[in-house]
Amino acid sequence: MAEFLQFLISGLTVGAVYALVALGFTLIYNASGVVNFAQGEFVMLGGMVTVFVSAAGVPLPLAALIAVCVAVVIGLLLHRFAIEPARGASAVTLIIITIGASILLRGIAQIVFDKQFHKLPSFSGDTPVDIFGAAVQPQSFWVLGGAAVVVLGLYAFLERTVLGKAVLATAANRLAARLVGINTTTIMALAFGGSAAIGAIAGILVTPITLTSYDVGTLLALKGFAAAMLGGMGNPLGAVVGGLLIGLLEAFGAGYLSSTYKDAFAFLVILVVLFAAPQGLFGRRAVERV
Amino acid sequence: MRALVNQRFTTLAILAVVIAVLPLIFPSSYYFRVASLVWVSALAAIGLNILMGQAGQVSLGHAAFFGIGAYAVAIGPAHLGLPTWAALLIGALLSAALAFLVGRPILRLKGHYLAIATLGLGVLVALVISTESRWTGGPDGMPVARLTLFGWRVTGSDTWYWVTGGLLLIGAWIALNLDETPTGRAFRALHDSEVAAQVVGVDVARFKLQAFVIAAVYASLAGSALAMMNGFINPDQAGFLHSVELVTMVVLGGLGSVVGSIVGAALLVTLPQVLTVFHEYEHLLLGLIIIVSMIFMRSGIVPTLSSLFFQRTRS
Repeated sequence: MAEFLQFLISGLTVGAVYALVALGFTLIYNASGVVNFAQGEFVMLGGMVTVFVSAAGVPLPLAALIAVCVAVVIGLLLHRFAIEPARGASAVTLIIITIGASILLRGIAQIVFDKQFHKLPSFSGDTPVDIFGAAVQPQSFWVLGGAAVVVLGLYAFLERTVLGKAVLATAANRLAARLVGINTTTIMALAFGGSAAIGAIAGILVTPITLTSYDVGTLLALKGFAAAMLGGMGNPLGAVVGGLLIGLLEAFGAGYLSSTYKDAFAFLVILVVLFAAPQGLFGRRAVERV
Repeated sequence: MRALVNQRFTTLAILAVVIAVLPLIFPSSYYFRVASLVWVSALAAIGLNILMGQAGQVSLGHAAFFGIGAYAVAIGPAHLGLPTWAALLIGALLSAALAFLVGRPILRLKGHYLAIATLGLGVLVALVISTESRWTGGPDGMPVARLTLFGWRVTGSDTWYWVTGGLLLIGAWIALNLDETPTGRAFRALHDSEVAAQVVGVDVARFKLQAFVIAAVYASLAGSALAMMNGFINPDQAGFLHSVELVTMVVLGGLGSVVGSIVGAALLVTLPQVLTVFHEYEHLLLGLIIIVSMIFMRSGIVPTLSSLFFQRTRS
């Protein structure tokens, strides 16, 4: 039981990070139709900037805030100088552009920071909390709580504010949104900025547990993409559920089956799910118009 | 029709001349090595372009087949006592079999779902290769026995230059010809509109599967060639980043253009070699070049430049 609980909590913790990455994917995908392979780089930026700014003597909360701002600026720049000029290009061309952006960002991080692994101190100490026999790192609560706040905040923004509804309208039908007077370019920029902020927050929260370096983004982007697809591309709820599911699968798979194949479970399950349900778990069936 | 045949012939002839003439300006064996790397990557890219450019299906896990081919020629002789050439054929067969088995369910998927499924397949194969270290040497990789054909030991970077150049010519010849066969036309039909292709009687599932298997065999052979040429192989060759590199070669050079794949491969192989001069700035510049060229040449370098050229000559 204690073991089960241990795997459950560590799975949820990792899953919360995947969920945030997947949510970032979904936000950008909905607003612009772009699958942003540089999403993992926002997570890297969040962690790395916090590490280096706080090492310069800035208190941790302020350093974290600065990291989120840096990520948002990078997200906006990415939209303005890489995505916006390529408007109307094919999906695969846009994917290559975001892959180029991710190589570029990794290259910049390599120069501005370094190639070492870095750690942040846990936000509230390293004494494990005992929950029915499972030893839980306090940082896990920060990750889970932070992810919950982000998800609820995003939900409230999308459902309760006019700007949020404009994002939803753009996602539903870009042309129709423009016809009713929504500036879809601004909405897309907003999506890139918001998505970068979400990624950076995930990076800051998880760095005390997993460490960070200039190249942590790739695997995170893959898992986040997988999570978004598992839930059904373009569905924010699906992204969160997909992320948590993949985190749980990995934790239980590594715990009960084989820890060397930890990274395999996520992709194995994706393949099986897609064989059975080609639109993901919560995706709508796409109807092709002829 | 005559014009088309001639155009195909011209392309191959130019390629053959380039392969034959390049060594005259090579100052050292290092250049032979880099050029052989270009030919090998171009072979894999041409195969992937049949799937992506002709049949319109994306694969983000193609390095898996490259890895299978590479590890076949490494494991076959080392663990099973097979001659290298037999291991090469077995690798190609294995790749074809895997593509055939997984292809049918995977290729039902569309767009981003197909992308993640192929990506998953690639990650799984790469994981198996880097984990089963008893067979594959794990993350450190393993040595590959030299190729011996009828008592002739194939070694040396200039020898491999001609071998890989020859392979590339054959690969390009097949891809160019394929375009004009009923199969090639079926590929184009399902690329343009799957529904329309189905309506005129194209067995969509079968042709997608065919393109996938052909692309897998190309990648497998290229992987075998690279492993034999280097005499060493590591799991990176089967990894996600290599898959991305292959897709980038195809898209950067131009979807559906055989010459484009070669240009794309040449760029992505030689750029890092050139950029090492800039040490730290290597990745930064590589990323920038990819972004800028995709923004300004959306349909790829070769199609964009050739349409510019023909516009100019016409007016």
